[in-house]
Amino acid sequence: MSNGPSSSTKLEMGAIHSSEHAEHAARPYSPIFGAGGKRRAELDELLTRYPTRMAGLLPALWMVQEEHGWVSSEGMSEVAEVLELTPAYVKGVVTFYTMYHQHPVAKHFIQVCTTSPCNVSGAEDVVNALLKETGCGELGVASPDNRFQVIEVECLGACGFVTPLMVNEKFIESVTPETVPALLASLS
Amino acid sequence: MGFPHTPHERESLVLSKYFGDQDAIGLAGWRKRGGYAALEKALKMEPAEIVNVVKASGLRGRGGAGFPTGMKWSFMKPGDGKPHYLCCNADESEPGTFKDREIMRWTPHALIEGCAIGAYAIGAEVAYVYIRGEYTEPLDKMNAACREAYDAGILGTNAMGTGKTVHVYVHKGAGAYICGEETAMMNSLEGRRGNPRIKPPFPAVAGLFGQPTTINNVETLVAVPHILNNGAEWYAGLGRADNPKSTGTKLFSVCGNIQRPGNYEVTLGFPFKDFLYDLCGGPLPGRTFKAIIPGGISVPIQSREEAENSPMDYEGFVANGTMLGSGGVIVIDDAQNLVKQIARAARFFAHESCAQCTQCREGTAWTTKILERIVAGEGSHEDLDTLLEIAENMTGKTICVLSDSCATPVVSGLQKFRGDFEALIKKTKVHMVPAQVA
Repeated sequence: MSNGPSSSTKLEMGAIHSSEHAEHAARPYSPIFGAGGKRRAELDELLTRYPTRMAGLLPALWMVQEEHGWVSSEGMSEVAEVLELTPAYVKGVVTFYTMYHQHPVAKHFIQVCTTSPCNVSGAEDVVNALLKETGCGELGVASPDNRFQVIEVECLGACGFVTPLMVNEKFIESVTPETVPALLASLS
Repeated sequence: MGFPHTPHERESLVLSKYFGDQDAIGLAGWRKRGGYAALEKALKMEPAEIVNVVKASGLRGRGGAGFPTGMKWSFMKPGDGKPHYLCCNADESEPGTFKDREIMRWTPHALIEGCAIGAYAIGAEVAYVYIRGEYTEPLDKMNAACREAYDAGILGTNAMGTGKTVHVYVHKGAGAYICGEETAMMNSLEGRRGNPRIKPPFPAVAGLFGQPTTINNVETLVAVPHILNNGAEWYAGLGRADNPKSTGTKLFSVCGNIQRPGNYEVTLGFPFKDFLYDLCGGPLPGRTFKAIIPGGISVPIQSREEAENSPMDYEGFVANGTMLGSGGVIVIDDAQNLVKQIARAARFFAHESCAQCTQCREGTAWTTKILERIVAGEGSHEDLDTLLEIAENMTGKTICVLSDSCATPVVSGLQKFRGDFEALIKKTKVHMVPAQVA
């Protein structure tokens, strides 16, 4: 969680830098939950499953991210309005969960597990190979061509298939430093 | 278990029988294998009867705490006029554990059946399956299986033609280890930050949406159809004869420095030594096991000798210095820097702390800083005492046990492998006495 460690003991795992994506951020937000909006019917159907509108918050935020690639403040405001919450409340929830992008990310957002079980099996070598082969150089920083961005994540729950990673929504197992070039070449 | 290796002859395949079998994933294939027979039977029984069968089977929670499932279900009072809920905990994120993922990938209908039976048994019409957001393939498989089950009339307002209502809904998490804690999971499902709640009230009194709720792990729920099909006595008979408190089969996920990592299903009480050397193939060539964490990273670290003496059940692990936990076996060999791995575990907990409780927020972060300092060769002997002092302040003092879980590898590591820490402390810190000013 982004607010986990205290400010006195900051433990960065690759903060996501957004400055290079200013032009993306500046693109006007197109609503998805207005009358006739692209995801409105799906959200309405989903809300029938829960006794409160608030319970639709995580699913609605996922829809925003699926459509826009990240969760902007405009996205949070739209979700707040449709679920009858305040934008501040929605932001409080968004900032708790690591999978909602609060900034635009590169085309291929790569999350590598480096928690202990993967760590004892060489996950750090996979991270280094990725940083080198993508040209990112540093965790959290987009590659010069803005195609790749690599961060470390905590346990992906595939410890028997080291090293697992995610490229956007795609889950890939058993990555080794040797298979990194082929993996990157397979990404358009 | 079938994937990625072929099952070992000493495994007992109940839950994992169809892992790796593509045909078992869809509804037609699942029905061919006897799927939904138990639900059909259950919906004709009284809910209390089902609870009694599960009680008699001795089934205990497979998520980590090992609470008797039938007893948990019996806390849900029928006829209280309130809506009841079942939550299936599929937020598997305990490092070392990857069994629920395989259950959902290969046998999604088994989980839907288990959820439907569980919901009916506790008087709930709705079951939510909370799956962690990173599990994209299990999410796809579960969503597809739910659609099939609704289309076939297995779920819905006339479940299997009985006129009874059973809904199973999949809910996607968004990246937070703490949401595997049951009260944090309920908050997350309600659309809140995943902060654990103070207990009491317990979920069976006031849980999801303030209503009586039961939370069960994936593996617990998928065992239920087998118990209804084969009988409580059959299930209670699986396990070591001299320990009736641990019954049935259990999936163990094995990872780290070992020949054949993967998921294995054995009856509880199986000798851990045979498991490690025979089923999993033993250490990598030229290596020996140094430390073993048998139940996910939150349980105490075992020395090799302790591990080799353990029967693999709730009591067997406790008698040998650790806990069964979630069954995530992490193996660390003599080529590893154990202190570095303990530091990495602490960093995990620091990252995942929800930061509500001071002891946890500060304790996890300071533990990490001190351990990383020691690994960097800049630690002092005093640091070891400080670590234990912090651990003491982190144990039993917070809303949930994440804080305790961070202290556990530190304390057990220092107890059993103190020499590894000391070897990294190159110089003894000299106390500077301030000079007297004349």
